[in-house]
Amino acid sequence: MHHRLDALLPLAGAILFVMLWWLLALSGVIDPVLMPAPQDAAVALWKGFADGTLTHDFWQTVWRTVLSFVIATAIGVPLGIALGSSSRVYAAVEFVIDFFRSTPASALFPMFLVIFGVGEKTKIAVAAFGAALVILFNVAYGVMNAKKTRQAAAHVMGAGRLRIMVDVTLWESLPQTFVGMRSGISLALVIVIVAEMFIGSTDGLGQRVINAQMVFDMPLMYAAIFAAGALGYGLNLLFLVIERRFVHWGGK
Amino acid sequence: MTSHSPGSPHITIRGLTKAFAGVPLYDGFNLDFARGRITSIFGPNGCGKSTLINMIAGLMPMDGGQVLFDGKTLRETVIGYVFQNYRDALFPWKRAIDNIAYPLVRAGMDRAAIDARVDELVTSFDIGFDLKRYPYELSGGQQQLVSIMRALAPRPEVLFLDEPFSALDYEMTLSMRDKLQEVFHATGVTMILVSHDLEEAVYLADHVLMLTRRPTRIAEVIDFGAPRPRTSATLSEPGFVRAKAHALDVFQREVRRAP
Ligand SMILES: Nc1ncnc2c1ncn2[C@@H]1O[C@H](COP(=O)(O)OP(=O)(O)O)[C@@H](O)[C@H]1O
Ligand SMILES: [Mg+2]
Repeated sequence: MHHRLDALLPLAGAILFVMLWWLLALSGVIDPVLMPAPQDAAVALWKGFADGTLTHDFWQTVWRTVLSFVIATAIGVPLGIALGSSSRVYAAVEFVIDFFRSTPASALFPMFLVIFGVGEKTKIAVAAFGAALVILFNVAYGVMNAKKTRQAAAHVMGAGRLRIMVDVTLWESLPQTFVGMRSGISLALVIVIVAEMFIGSTDGLGQRVINAQMVFDMPLMYAAIFAAGALGYGLNLLFLVIERRFVHWGGK
Repeated sequence: MTSHSPGSPHITIRGLTKAFAGVPLYDGFNLDFARGRITSIFGPNGCGKSTLINMIAGLMPMDGGQVLFDGKTLRETVIGYVFQNYRDALFPWKRAIDNIAYPLVRAGMDRAAIDARVDELVTSFDIGFDLKRYPYELSGGQQQLVSIMRALAPRPEVLFLDEPFSALDYEMTLSMRDKLQEVFHATGVTMILVSHDLEEAVYLADHVLMLTRRPTRIAEVIDFGAPRPRTSATLSEPGFVRAKAHALDVFQREVRRAP
């Protein structure tokens, strides 16, 4: 009884949030033009997906995020393995990587605009760049911190250097690689949304949010924000599920 | 005696030298390990027991000297190694049975031969748990048993064990000692066992190698010839009590000796 109710607790928080929003809108303390009632935003969300405008924006954002992520993974994973397997190479480049990883990716937009021009390429490139650094860093860390005992065990059982890498080290780095990929796709989404807002876009959720704001269509703005939030949440959840399936042994 | 009879030298160590940060640990160290016997290694903490067997097993480079197995190099010899920390030594992404099969896969055996060998091990170990489970689903003792089976799978000439039971509770330790004796009886494999428990070191061994503090030398090799299988009754027999008391004397003398 007790426990069955506990499972509903997260839902309670969500309901409470919508109630508060609704009460605040109802009270008229905030201009209803700035903050519409939740049901208005819900209707805008429904309409946006029914007539296909938000659907199109949603999939454009998904497409850009996934493409950036795939590029980032294709670059970050092999580079991370290479860096992680040589402590000297890693020591040499650690500072540079850490520096760029700490640099807000949005600060790099002008530079990428110069290289790739105003268009799709710049959005994808910046997002892929930011995500690749995060992935690379995590993979390298995972490879470096692989358990020496397991590598020793494989060595005694006749595995050579390359074998140990494939049979042990890569597996050992997998949990950390997943952490990197999960952070990487979240970062890619953030960068893509910002890019859609400010770098000459005609579609995407970021562009929809800023457009709705400029024409004062607040319900649509909130609907687009909600869609972006749901996308971020969904991607994170998807990766957690994949991670739990593939790295069931992580931390054990 | 022919050179391959039990008790003859199996592993010969000549002129072994090893230093860490310029401080010598082994300096011109010579030693033979007897074939088909259990030799336990006992000595003060940090005297280099693990370093010794790791160098013999090729897990750590030697600075100088030579180790031969029947005159062969390590590369030409199949060995098995059981680590103290089974949790860090097994592959948690593989099921227990695939952990055991791993060295056989590495040796290039075909699937049928691997299955046959694993079946044989399962039968001889008479284990009471499901090998289809992942290591983290097993108890500590069961995991270490899987480690031992994995080490024995390729029929090694020599089995190294570095404090294999020290992470287990006492009850489990007792049953694992007997399991190890059974394995020894069934295979006759040369065993090198590092132990920090003097009772265990004597109880399981044919020879107890007593080491000094570093720079490490052999303080004494104590022979213990009680018949096998040894049981808890062995622990109270005069021969055992005497051997253990003597080992303790040697140990205390070495620990007190000024460095
Ligand atoms: N990789 C290493 N680098 C530096 N010193 C080491 C290393 N491995 C072991 N030692 C030192 O060598 C000595 C012997 O270590 P070890 O063989 O682990 O001892 P034991 O197993 O007998 O307790 C210790 O003093 C230890 O600090
Ligand atoms: Mg040790």
